[in-house]
Amino acid sequence: MSKVWKFGENLNTDEIIPGRFNITIDPLELAKNVFCEIKPEYAKSVQPSDVIVGGQNFGCGSSREHAPIAIKGSQAMCIIAPSYARIFFRNAINIGLPILECPEAAADINEGDDVDVNLATGEIVNHSNGHRYQAQPLPDFVLKIAEAGGIVNFLREHDIQELLA
Amino acid sequence: MGTLIEEIFSRKAGRAVQAGEILLLDVDYIMSHDNTTPLAIKAFREIGKPIFDKNRIVLHLDHAYPAPNVLAAENHKRIIEFVKEQELPYFFHQGVCHQVMIEEGFITPGAVVIGADSHSNTYGALGAFGAGLGSTEIAVAWVTGKCWFKVPETIRIELTGRTQPGVYAKDVMIYIAGQLGMDGATYRSVEFGGDYIASLPMNERIVFPNMSTEIGAKCGLIAADDVTIRYLESSTPARGPFEMFGPVNPRYERVVEIDVSTIPPQVACHPDVDNVKPLEQVAGLEVHEVYIGTCTNARYEDIELVAGMLKGKKVNPFTRVIVTPASERIYRRALQNGLIEILLDAGCTVTGTGCGACIGRHGGILAAGERALTTMNRNFIGRMGSPLSEVYLASPATAAATALTGKISDPREILENQ
Ligand code: SF4
Repeated sequence: MSKVWKFGENLNTDEIIPGRFNITIDPLELAKNVFCEIKPEYAKSVQPSDVIVGGQNFGCGSSREHAPIAIKGSQAMCIIAPSYARIFFRNAINIGLPILECPEAAADINEGDDVDVNLATGEIVNHSNGHRYQAQPLPDFVLKIAEAGGIVNFLREHDIQELLA
Repeated sequence: MGTLIEEIFSRKAGRAVQAGEILLLDVDYIMSHDNTTPLAIKAFREIGKPIFDKNRIVLHLDHAYPAPNVLAAENHKRIIEFVKEQELPYFFHQGVCHQVMIEEGFITPGAVVIGADSHSNTYGALGAFGAGLGSTEIAVAWVTGKCWFKVPETIRIELTGRTQPGVYAKDVMIYIAGQLGMDGATYRSVEFGGDYIASLPMNERIVFPNMSTEIGAKCGLIAADDVTIRYLESSTPARGPFEMFGPVNPRYERVVEIDVSTIPPQVACHPDVDNVKPLEQVAGLEVHEVYIGTCTNARYEDIELVAGMLKGKKVNPFTRVIVTPASERIYRRALQNGLIEILLDAGCTVTGTGCGACIGRHGGILAAGERALTTMNRNFIGRMGSPLSEVYLASPATAAATALTGKISDPREILENQ
């Protein structure tokens, strides 16, 4: 069971982590200030396996990786949103932060709901209202990167060709 | 067979590919700059493998160069040490990275170039694939020479007709941003074409792929043609034979048709690039700074246009008018042809090259409550300094007209009397 933290549309990288905190790239340090201006209670009480639900164009703004790193550092299990800003999407995959696309779930799930997410199949169950949603399953190569804990770790052990093998 | 992006990726992959496929492709060049290289170096060390091919790596110091503070200085120092340690042959501090990439001949039709900068889309103006990525992926490409891509769907923007006097590529692109919206092309390749694009010289074409980033696009592309080849041969060290190809029986997700002859000068207003209005609706709004610079609109022709409009006149004494040529080549040519002197005589401040005020770290930072009109490509809150400042985007001509009055002004009146 995961608790949901809900965010709005066009959430930009500065709202995820304001630029002034980007002097470090330590995930745990960044996590201390993640969402500090828009949802200060998040960093204080987020639990591992909690789920972030956002609106469309999640993570727009700069190409800096601090935003997904800060979310990953907060130990959230995954993000569910209708769509992501392009570079945020890639960055999240490459650092091993699972992100699911599912407009139905993003619209229907509320702050504080209890959900179960199966990353491999894309199945999402909302225990708070009994609804089920089907997100696009994550492609194999994305799961490989997530399992390795990010593409840097993946490359330590594997050849890049194995990504799509 | 397919859209321009499918054609480019198919050539690279050595087989026909289609939108939706995920590919691992060889990249021709891997670009990064002083803002993004330090993180890439860190990821590189963590991977712990050697560089795949140092001739594909291009590094720039441009975002905060010369260093305006100790943090930037430390970054530059670390990068220079890395360049020496790895004996990297391509290292520049001659202007904005994207402009220098083009001028130095790294960008040719069909090339696949990635950059740790969101405006790497710019390279699409020459029929190359250019896309922005995070620093980790840059490090991955350094050690593998490769990058994964999902072949994107394409939105075709068909531009026909000719613009009215006083209306430029920038006005048309701002208009497009207003029509499509900030996320109107997310994950998509945006193909710009039509007889209007064909009629444009390279400096004007570059504006479209450059600002395709602002509508969320993965890349913005213009098929290479005679204009492209002539530009490459006359203005860069790149030498052919160049591949000339365009879309072949493409299947577009969407086609947007725009007759540019109906578009008046446009302004993208605070705080979003899609908050677009015809200039006349915001004319008269006071500005405290006019900034003419960046990878969008600080090429020689832009500076020439601005100098032509300011020649023999004085800019408003209470408006800071800052001109930052995009590259040293541009600066030198402007100097040789007397343009810099005209700008100085008019009361402009001409700075060294690079990103300058565009990222709000130096070269023209805004105070709270101030408003700038600029030739930049984005106007996020706080982009040029205080989060309580405002940024308005427009063409170089509108910037020049505004510089004279200190209020957002229509360039057409000045151009008519020139
Ligand atoms: S000029 Fe501005 S938009 Fe262009 S690369 Fe530099 S910071 Fe980015």
